[in-house]
Amino acid sequence: MLRLTPFTYVTPASVAEAVQLRKQYGDEAAYMGGGTDLLPNIKHRLAEPKFVIGLRSLREMQSIVREESGGLRLGGSVRLSQLEHSPLVRNEYPALADAAAVISSPQVRRVGTLGGNICLDVRCNYYNQSEHWRRAVGFCMKKDSEICRVAPGSDRCWAVSSADTVPVLLAHGAQVAVFGPAGERLLPLEELYRDDGLVPMALQPDEVVAAVRLPPPNGLRVVYSKLRIRMSFDFPLVGAATGLALDVDGMVRQSRIFLTAVASLPMRVRAAEELLIGRPLTDELIRAAGDQVFRSTHPMDNTEGSIPHRKRMARVYVERALRDFARANPDA
Amino acid sequence: MPKPASATAPPDAEPVSSPRRDRADGPAQADELHIIGRRNLKYEHLAKATGGTKYTADLKLPRLCFGRLLRSPYPHARVLHVDTRKAEAMPGVFAVISGADLPERYGIMPSSQDETAFAIDKVRYVGEAVAAVAAVDELTAEQACNAIEVLYEPLPAIMSIDEALDPEKPRIHEDQGGEGNIHKEVHLEFESPEVGFAEADHVREDEFFFEGNTHAPMENHAVIAQYELHGKLTVWSSTQTPHYVHRELSKALSMPTAQIRIIAPPSGGAFGGKSEMFSHEVAAAALARKAGRPVLIELSREEVFYCHRGRHPVRMRIKTGVRKDGSITAMHFQSWLDGGAYGSYGVATTYYTGALNTMPYKVPRYAFDGVRVFTNKPPCGPKRGHGTVQPRFAIECQLDKIAEDLGLDPVGMRMRNAVDPMSGTVNGLRITSCAVRDTLRAASQRTDFQARFRKLPFGTGIGLASSVYMSGAGLPIYWNPMPHSGAMVKIDRGGGVAIYCGTTDIGQDSDSMLAYIVSEVLGVDPIDVRVCSGDTDLTPVDLGSYSSRVTFMAGNAARQAAEKLRDLLLDVASERLETPRERLRLGGRRIYNRDDTDRAIDFIEAVQAAEARFGTLAAAGSYTPPKLGGKYKGSGVGPSPAYSFTTAVAEVSVDLETFELHVDKVTIAHDCGRAINPMIVEGQIEGSAYMGYGEAVMEEQVFRKGLHKKPSLLEYKIPTILETPALESIIVEGPDAEGPFGAKEAGEGPLSPVIPAIANAVYDAVGVRFDATPITSDRIMRALDRAKREGRIAEPAALAG
Ligand SMILES: Cc1cc2nc3c(=O)[nH]c(=O)nc-3n(C[C@H](O)[C@H](O)[C@H](O)COP(=O)(O)OP(=O)(O)OC[C@H]3O[C@@H](n4cnc5c(N)ncnc54)[C@H](O)[C@@H]3O)c2cc1C
Ligand code: SF4
Repeated sequence: MLRLTPFTYVTPASVAEAVQLRKQYGDEAAYMGGGTDLLPNIKHRLAEPKFVIGLRSLREMQSIVREESGGLRLGGSVRLSQLEHSPLVRNEYPALADAAAVISSPQVRRVGTLGGNICLDVRCNYYNQSEHWRRAVGFCMKKDSEICRVAPGSDRCWAVSSADTVPVLLAHGAQVAVFGPAGERLLPLEELYRDDGLVPMALQPDEVVAAVRLPPPNGLRVVYSKLRIRMSFDFPLVGAATGLALDVDGMVRQSRIFLTAVASLPMRVRAAEELLIGRPLTDELIRAAGDQVFRSTHPMDNTEGSIPHRKRMARVYVERALRDFARANPDA
Repeated sequence: MPKPASATAPPDAEPVSSPRRDRADGPAQADELHIIGRRNLKYEHLAKATGGTKYTADLKLPRLCFGRLLRSPYPHARVLHVDTRKAEAMPGVFAVISGADLPERYGIMPSSQDETAFAIDKVRYVGEAVAAVAAVDELTAEQACNAIEVLYEPLPAIMSIDEALDPEKPRIHEDQGGEGNIHKEVHLEFESPEVGFAEADHVREDEFFFEGNTHAPMENHAVIAQYELHGKLTVWSSTQTPHYVHRELSKALSMPTAQIRIIAPPSGGAFGGKSEMFSHEVAAAALARKAGRPVLIELSREEVFYCHRGRHPVRMRIKTGVRKDGSITAMHFQSWLDGGAYGSYGVATTYYTGALNTMPYKVPRYAFDGVRVFTNKPPCGPKRGHGTVQPRFAIECQLDKIAEDLGLDPVGMRMRNAVDPMSGTVNGLRITSCAVRDTLRAASQRTDFQARFRKLPFGTGIGLASSVYMSGAGLPIYWNPMPHSGAMVKIDRGGGVAIYCGTTDIGQDSDSMLAYIVSEVLGVDPIDVRVCSGDTDLTPVDLGSYSSRVTFMAGNAARQAAEKLRDLLLDVASERLETPRERLRLGGRRIYNRDDTDRAIDFIEAVQAAEARFGTLAAAGSYTPPKLGGKYKGSGVGPSPAYSFTTAVAEVSVDLETFELHVDKVTIAHDCGRAINPMIVEGQIEGSAYMGYGEAVMEEQVFRKGLHKKPSLLEYKIPTILETPALESIIVEGPDAEGPFGAKEAGEGPLSPVIPAIANAVYDAVGVRFDATPITSDRIMRALDRAKREGRIAEPAALAG
């Protein structure tokens, strides 16, 4: 059997204490929400923390609350199953509930947290493997070696951002409340991500994702679609969050398109977004936006599925979503 | 969880053909049976359903320690040196062993003695065992494995059939097989196929490829070995062939079988993947001997992928001649099997890719050429439907093409060619009971096949295929004239009945089967019966749970043993009731006069009287198949005392935008002779159909850079319940004269027609052929793009890309 390496599990009483403990133990420590990413990584010897700081039972990070702005504040330790079933989320941000509902299996959703999904390590099928397997194929840049097995000539790591909720949060323009030694800071969630498989997040090691703040939708509708081989368990091979707000006259007022599982960060397709702004959703426009998505998508061969199919599906999902919006607004 | 989309025939559904009269034996009418044919509860069903069942890795022994194998990181390399000293010196390490400790060669087939417990001169695939450690806990064992120093000299790896056929490439085994990396070649010819091709109105040649895949049982392999001071070894192992493990372990350890006891605890699935001895079993035994402690080795899922012995990837070429009316005049079948690094069952697999192709359709002239090659991958072996699933895919897809070429209805064409009961094949196989036409009729009628085939809207389709399988191999793996199965039955004074049989219940419910058969014969309730199975000390030999042999063979053995005791009970009952034996019947824990059912004595009373008269009530029975098969070399593979027949219909839809293939429903009609328990037969049919579905659309054991690309259940896709099509099972009964109460097999046969039925349905849906498995979205996308470019299919709006 694959076993964990031994570690001490500590349960701080507050976020402040968690950050304090992280400082005290230094790089021998790791935060853990539900552990559905961290623990498999320990079994694969991708991480070997001596101390694990549990965030899942922190009350202050467990709730979903209405903010004054009218938006929602989602605690970092909110379970994926809570997102899936919360009436507030389901009614106001249905794509977020949809995205949570297509993560892995019911069991994993009951323990996995939103904070863990936001901080999910980037994935690669040369990397998320046992130590024996990685030794056999040759270790890679992300751990224990210098070269990338997917793109051996490359000087960077191309591991894939694979979270399902993140593109939806981004399409909604979410902000994130990060708690560190200096207290809480607020920044756009988009700024948390970097296009680099080695250091995919602009988060200090001791910082905690305490909460996500969603602005009120204000007419913005988001649709999330995910390609996977099976209807349960599977990470996205591509996932598209298409967000759109239309004017009364059917012109596109706001558009946000984010793709997951095709790059090291949740990828924004600005070219397609810009194409849509200020125009009515005609068939030609939808196709042109789809073309942009297709052309901007450059997945690598380090997930399941094939590159051509994943690229094609990025386009199909965005086009389908746009067609749905157009149908829902016959004026357009 | 209830199945969302599964529909089985309702419990009271009539079998399609009414049970015919048993020819040779037994209570003739179904209405005289008390247990057989009913939906009885499974043996020990509550333990399985509530988690009470103890699997191998659940067993606890005092002083148990933990073993682990060090495995090769190279697909092909010379092993220059193994230094275990550092590992041995580590605290908490009890024993370390490596190749030099266990030099004895073994192999499941007498002709393929090509394995050792640990690699000695060479490693031949990533994951091959090189050394092993026993330690106080798993983590220490892991660290000790990492401390073993192995010096390798990497060699070029052979990773494909083509490379393996190239005589210029380095050889994987210097002393096995023929030129290049050819392991086995078979060439057979019956009744000059050339003549048949000359007589044909239409001759078709096609090439197919069936991708390799693996068993993926829920339970990872596990073993516990305990070596006792008096020199006896006990091994608990998740195996489906304790008898073969017994023999092989004796060889590997150079220890007499009399000192070895193999126990097969309840198994969490096997599907062919646990039907020979593995390195970890030898390692646990040798470590236990050296450490003086019991040793548990529980494999990780990745290691299970390395054990493999699963479905061979097979390239196939078929040439078939037919007359205008669709009747087959001749067939030439060629197969190339990618065998992986060792022989395993591969010699048998090679023959199996040719042996059953002369059924379920008459092939009057037939030639077969098979080649198995060695490659640097985990060894392939038997998986459910052993070696017959790949050729069945190819043949049924080709028949669909031929029917289209000739403008024939695929059902009618199959009907015309179907083999007859009480007949034989050109390659010397004996056919007895056979209801293949009934299965064709049942499945096509239930799905309204003929009215829908080629008439559904673009994107939806329906396809059909039939198949045949054995109810047990007619010959054992190692030649011997002894029975294939033995059983003992003992009756306690209190009326309890115990059955001792070497069978292993791997989830196919062989324990239940034994309990039902013996209960039927003795007239007791299955709840009165205890089954002791899979223990080489306590139970008579049964060759194992493979080739769908257990119901037919062990069922007959148990029946024979029970009948011996029944006869003793009838002796005393006949006297007490002053009724001739012929008029007595057993049932409901009574022995009664069938013409005057109140004239009866209780079972317990009869038992006590019989024990007083005859002494201890215990008897043994056994089963040896009749002499079967032709007189040519290789005729030993294919014969079976009875064959099962199946027809499957698949209904599919293809999303023309995302290219996702949905198999909406699979309907399977299966001729199992007689269903001992229809509920369990349906379970086997559904399980087979599910597995076939997975192989058709997503499963693939593929390699990249010399090693398994996806050795985990996250990446190696087997379907979840959410994708699984609605399944409808139709049991077709046509009792077999030699089967116990008329029963044949149901565990493997229903799998193979599902795959070509799906492929044929996809063609019906989108007009593009898929001659290779699995039929993935990516392949559908590419094929439709190509077809569109070449103008072979009209362009539905959605296809633009
Ligand atoms: C079989 C399987 C399938 C899966 N499929 C999917 C899928 O389809 N889609 C998907 O998106 N995910 C999938 N996952 C990944 C994972 O389950 C989810 O991403 C989940 O949301 C992770 O949350 P967690 O709380 O369990 O994370 P953890 O494992 O606890 O943490 C993940 C990482 O984030 C850090 N972390 C956790 N919480 C915080 C916080 N509040 N602040 C700062 N750092 C933090 C941890 O240190 C760790 O590095 C799958 C996992 C498995 C095992
Ligand atoms: S992308 Fe390259 S460097 Fe990054 S994890 Fe994969 S193989 Fe390693």
